Amino acid sequence: METSRGEVARFQYSSDQSLLVYFDEHVEQKKTGGAKAPPGQSRITLRANKNVRRLLRLLELEPVPGVRNLHPAYCSLLIKFDAIGMRHQELEAILRKYLERLEEVRLPEPRRVEIPVCYGGEFGPDLAEVSARRGITQARAIELHSSVEYLVYFLGFVPGFAYLGELPEELVIPRLAAPRKRVPAGSVGIAGNQTGVYPFATPGGWRLLGCTPFKMFRADSDGLSLLSIGDRVRFTPISRERFATLESA
Amino acid sequence: MRLIEVLEPGLFTTVQDVGREGYGPLGVSPSGAADAVSLRIGNRLLGNAEGEAGLEMTLLGGTFTFPEGAVLALAGSDLGATLEGKPVEMWTPFEAKSKQVLRFGPTRSGARCYLCVRGGVEVQLFLDSASTHILSGLGGYEGRALKKGDVLTIGLANRNEQKRTGKNACSTGGAGTVGKRRLSARALKELQPRKVLRVTPGPQSDWFSEAAKKIFQESTYRVAEESNRMGIRLQGATIPAPAGGEMISEGVSLGAVQVPEGGQPIILFVEQQTTGGYPKIANVISADFHSLGQLRPRDEIRFERVEWDTARTLLAKQEKLLASEELMREL
Repeated sequence: METSRGEVARFQYSSDQSLLVYFDEHVEQKKTGGAKAPPGQSRITLRANKNVRRLLRLLELEPVPGVRNLHPAYCSLLIKFDAIGMRHQELEAILRKYLERLEEVRLPEPRRVEIPVCYGGEFGPDLAEVSARRGITQARAIELHSSVEYLVYFLGFVPGFAYLGELPEELVIPRLAAPRKRVPAGSVGIAGNQTGVYPFATPGGWRLLGCTPFKMFRADSDGLSLLSIGDRVRFTPISRERFATLESA
Repeated sequence: MRLIEVLEPGLFTTVQDVGREGYGPLGVSPSGAADAVSLRIGNRLLGNAEGEAGLEMTLLGGTFTFPEGAVLALAGSDLGATLEGKPVEMWTPFEAKSKQVLRFGPTRSGARCYLCVRGGVEVQLFLDSASTHILSGLGGYEGRALKKGDVLTIGLANRNEQKRTGKNACSTGGAGTVGKRRLSARALKELQPRKVLRVTPGPQSDWFSEAAKKIFQESTYRVAEESNRMGIRLQGATIPAPAGGEMISEGVSLGAVQVPEGGQPIILFVEQQTTGGYPKIANVISADFHSLGQLRPRDEIRFERVEWDTARTLLAKQEKLLASEELMREL
């Protein structure tokens, strides 16, 4: 499937009631120590993610009858549908028409959201190790993490968990070898070139730099999730006192 | 107001309906009954709309009383229910009079039993659904499993009464009337939970070697103790991970069989994460989802590959049976 500008969208059956649409440039099949890269593996690009957001927007504005759920990600969109009323091929045919119109989809102006974070100490138990391993001071790590405007690529994992990127190169570090059984709600973590905030106390393998007093997801407000796909996010360092004030507010 | 009082909650009892579909972009998974087929039948037996909320009990049931009485039905696995000490039949409506005690024990068959009540269990809806999502503490009754002393509200019986015809139809009355019908033996047999789960290929099945696929298809796997509504963890022959390293997180389907680095598969279940980064070798077909909800720790299962068209035909057949008049037998 060629979209304009020559990008390729491809379809993949995911289950008997879901279809994946990938926007990606295939990773070249390169030899790395004799092992082949898996065929069809994707690569994250801003352009691919923009196309995901465009297709999501179009499907929200003009819902396809029989489509039941949408799961956007970095460079793919999973579409769940009524498998009795519709076949994969029929949905594919409809989606091809939608894909032809992607260029004309106007994404909403991104909201800019500031999230206060108390870094280090018990709020960010991995700050010291991350700084040490990357050969920078803790102050520099905080400065780096709060210096960048991040894009919300998508929400996934649990309600309101936003995948934010990209992290400054100096902070890129693999996730923990063994995930924690319980990460406190509000924890701000990093993994690879991503960062994010845990909305709930859940298990988690990201390295924790700090914690926000903000509620990322609440069932009792109209907004539900503090962040939406496509938002731009900045983290602002705050003191322990400020954290306590905001938390009790 | 009619109520359910929880005298004992059992091992893990939650309020569930058929789930909240459509909130994937917020990272919210549908949740809902682990064995939605049983919940839907329980509701139909009572004349409820089939998606009404009921109580999902797991492995060991609780003890309940109904201060103003209730019309009830049990669906799913047999937890040896007794009303005032007398055994209660599964799959047929019965009445609990004021203050009578309904007691459940350990399972005698699968993992989950649904206590359905005429009028449905009424809780504050979250995103259009009564379903509990345990990990985030959202939905259901205070976002958690039931505890001793909880008191739940029963909905109005005729609010969602499905239109039925025929002289044996249930009256739309309150607790006093019991419809005379039960699930037909044929339907019970056809909807029997399976231990051989039928699958279609997963989106990364091509990443796995032929040897890996052969292991997956020919091995018997055992359900691990730490399985829950998020995922069913399996133990058995190790499936070699695909060469070439990590994949990028993408949306994941209900029933996806993902293979982490260790090679022990996990089936993503109703409270699944909405996106994930492990390659998926297969996906359980929709017609077998209810079987997943009845798997107990230590159960042994196998996988059987089917064609896409077969998966669709089986689902259509199941839905046709669930909607049919033959589903139930009037007594």
